[in-house]
Amino acid sequence: MVLVLALGDLHIPHRAADLPPKFKSMLVPGKIQHIICTGNLCIKEVQDYLKTLCPDLHITRGEYDEETRYPETKTLTIGQFKLGLCHGHQVIPWGDLDSLAMLQRQLDVDILVTGHTHQFTAYKHEGGVVINPGSATGAYSSMTYDVNPSFVLMDIDGLRVVVYVYELIDGEVKVDKIDFKKTAATTHSAH
Amino acid sequence: MMLNGAEDEEKWLAEGIAGIQHNAFYMHRALDSNNLREALKYSAQMLSELRTSKLSPHKYYELYMRAFDELRMLEMFFKDEGKHGVSVVDLYELVQHAGNILPRLYLLCTVGSVYIKSKEAPAKELLKDLVEMCRGVQHPIRGLFLRSYLAQISRDKLTDIGSDYEGDVDTVMDAVEFVLQNFSEMNKLWVRMQNQEPGRAREKRKKERSELQDLVGKNLHVLSQIEGVDLDMYKETVLPRVLEQVVNCKDDLAQYYLMDCIIQVFPDEYHLQTLETLLGACPQLQPTVDIKTVLSRLMDRLSKYAASSTDVLHEFLQVEAFTKLSNTIDKVIEVQVDMPAVGAITLYVSLLTFTLRVHPDRLDYADQVLGACVKKLSNIPKLEDSLATKQVVALLRAPLEKYNDIVTALTLSNYPRVMDHLDNGTNKVMAMVIIESIMKNNTYISTADKVEVLFELIKGLIKDLDGDVDELDEEDFKDEQNSVAKLIHMLYNDEPEEMWKIICIVWKHTMVGGPKRLPFTVPSLVFSALRLVRRLQGQEGDLVEVVPATPKKIFQLLSQIIEALSAVPSPELALRLYLQCAEAANDCDLEHFAYEFFTQTFVLYEEEIANSKAQLTAIHLIIGALQRMTVFGVENRDTLTHKATGYSARLLKKPDQCRAVYTCSHLFWVDDEGGIRDGERVLLCLKRALRIASSAQQMANVARGSSGPVTLFVEILNKYLYFFEKGNQQITAAAIQDLIELINTEMQGDSANPDRDSDVFLASTLRYIQFQKQKGGIMGKKFESIEL
Repeated sequence: MVLVLALGDLHIPHRAADLPPKFKSMLVPGKIQHIICTGNLCIKEVQDYLKTLCPDLHITRGEYDEETRYPETKTLTIGQFKLGLCHGHQVIPWGDLDSLAMLQRQLDVDILVTGHTHQFTAYKHEGGVVINPGSATGAYSSMTYDVNPSFVLMDIDGLRVVVYVYELIDGEVKVDKIDFKKTAATTHSAH
Repeated sequence: MMLNGAEDEEKWLAEGIAGIQHNAFYMHRALDSNNLREALKYSAQMLSELRTSKLSPHKYYELYMRAFDELRMLEMFFKDEGKHGVSVVDLYELVQHAGNILPRLYLLCTVGSVYIKSKEAPAKELLKDLVEMCRGVQHPIRGLFLRSYLAQISRDKLTDIGSDYEGDVDTVMDAVEFVLQNFSEMNKLWVRMQNQEPGRAREKRKKERSELQDLVGKNLHVLSQIEGVDLDMYKETVLPRVLEQVVNCKDDLAQYYLMDCIIQVFPDEYHLQTLETLLGACPQLQPTVDIKTVLSRLMDRLSKYAASSTDVLHEFLQVEAFTKLSNTIDKVIEVQVDMPAVGAITLYVSLLTFTLRVHPDRLDYADQVLGACVKKLSNIPKLEDSLATKQVVALLRAPLEKYNDIVTALTLSNYPRVMDHLDNGTNKVMAMVIIESIMKNNTYISTADKVEVLFELIKGLIKDLDGDVDELDEEDFKDEQNSVAKLIHMLYNDEPEEMWKIICIVWKHTMVGGPKRLPFTVPSLVFSALRLVRRLQGQEGDLVEVVPATPKKIFQLLSQIIEALSAVPSPELALRLYLQCAEAANDCDLEHFAYEFFTQTFVLYEEEIANSKAQLTAIHLIIGALQRMTVFGVENRDTLTHKATGYSARLLKKPDQCRAVYTCSHLFWVDDEGGIRDGERVLLCLKRALRIASSAQQMANVARGSSGPVTLFVEILNKYLYFFEKGNQQITAAAIQDLIELINTEMQGDSANPDRDSDVFLASTLRYIQFQKQKGGIMGKKFESIEL
């Protein structure tokens, strides 16, 4: 059982002051093995905070990030899964599943995690899974109205991944989960 | 007589103890054989050891205790008339024949103890006699111990209400008189000890005196424990007499100790009711007395007392405790002209702490204290004394900590005036403390007035202050500005009118922040304004045009704000913010504003963004935003897309060009209902991208002798597939087929340098096509003709 925290678009301090207190109290150091962050933190202070939760931190560049040297895309292997990470402002039309699927094919990953729209989504298509963890602070977005703060926790176990989405709705944390199983056939040969 | 050293003292003490033991031995023998004469002789000799002047108080005490123990035995003997056959009256007479005065008086006191118990004479007369006779010993240390002995043996015999000795009227008064007199005499002796020579001798004396302080203070303890001493007696007799002694002795050590003793020993209820008298003594004390500690301790005790019950609290108001304390402090500061600023401020800190604890709802009191402090600081423009500064910071923090809601602290009118006296550095630190308090308590500031006050308080962070010469550490500066940026999100009101006012006030203050600050503060303010726009969107139809806050007004302000930012210069950030505004204007159906924002965006792009990486990102953002615009008429849209595609084709690096151009294809195809679907122009873009890709391949061949990455072709292929699926008639299965073959050719031609990424991408793309073919239905039919 490997826990991967996926979050992004915090936009601190431009659009939000901090993570919601209820989220902060849930995110405790030592419980998570990997953190993947879609970008738009935006300041180093946020990176430092995430590092305290888990030293294995992966970040891709959002268009407002103070640190300009984060990569545009990143891939990593966790257990049986290949994960791809990208902020998503580079993939046009923004939030379009088919265009995201193209990126997924290009990066050759089972799970693609992107952000930018501040809207939580989790799609499964023949090529794999596309996840958007939304905005962890509920930051303003030109594309999404009434953004609820959200983040995703993935539990990777063998060929199965359970995606838990945590959303703060009307002051309460609601959890939902989605199961994905990968068939051995889609395991890519060249490793 | 000067003491020459610790070793000598040890020797003398040892000698003294030996002397006592020696005589005690014989005294015991005499007691055993009921020989009164011998007993008196040897006890007198024993007591002579106490006549020494060679010992420090600490050592003298040891000697005294030895004698004290022996005297208990003697007292028992005296009590038993049967043993010695002399009446106590005669005994009292007899012991006065002892040669030296000190032994004589110790013996007299001892007999006196027995005499009083026997009730053969009124207690008050004997006590009076003894306390007066002790005047015979004027040496400070010897006198203090003698009187201490008197106090000890008289303790249980004090005439008291309900005790054995009550007989005449006012017996409690007699007991009180006795103790007061003993106390006065002891204090006089104690004060006389002080060596007036400067330097080490003086310090040494002070230390020795401190060792004796409890002997004097014990009398006050005794007074507090006499049951008959009620509030009235305390008020009328005890306190005034004690204070008289305290003030008149003009000795700072005694005054400090005794004031503190009074406060600690007598009940808080008494202090409250005698506040005026007690405090009245304060300005009369020596200037060197640490009056602030005394007053702090008093206020501390009273605070705790106030917390004990609500009835008590009522009493505080009744006796006007706050006013009296406040007046005393003002008086003390006035009288002690040489008191440094730090002393005065410390007093105000104590008073404020008291006020906040006892009268938390009386903001006017708190403000009054701050006002008094401002007055004191009025001739010091900026504090330079670090201790004083620390105290001022403590003063300012107290209300913040008390009222977790900083909004309350903001209503204290003198608060900003106190802050003005801090030096620039400390002012900023304090401003950060205020912001932290807001963030920590999740406090929202919701009215324009309070925002105005708040920004007045934190002005050290918002702009450069006069005399701000020192260069601030970059990290610290960033932290400060990020704090201000976060703070802006805490300024919020549901009511759009008020929110608009708040935004205007924030801009008023932050716009003078200068080029270093704008990049931090502007984004927060812009998004705060955009949130307001969104809220107003929904109400568009209901609003009458009279209302000041409208999206148009807000966009006008936003235009100004972002222009100020771009002038810093900060073009990349400004560009992003212009695009955000364009999208928001689109949602409000304001074509003109949306177009204007895009214009500004393009101007910035053309004139200010030179870095190729920055250009690529900017292009993506422009295309992404433009693609979503629904508000433009055909002409405007055409102008803007033409510009965008133009920029795309002119990016420096070929791969970037290629990608930007094929991305532009999406500008001509919007999936939503009523969206543009110009199949031809889509294909034009894709073909153009292909040409660029080929050109890139050729250049790579020439420049490096190998082909460039084939991945560009695969990307374009994916775009072909995208539009093919969406139903763009201009994209045929044949075209796709051709493209696949082209790619295969390129790859084969490059077998010497296999490109893994391209291989994998192509493979997954082909898998996708396969999947679509197998789907069946319409999609399957479409893909049928593509052969793999």
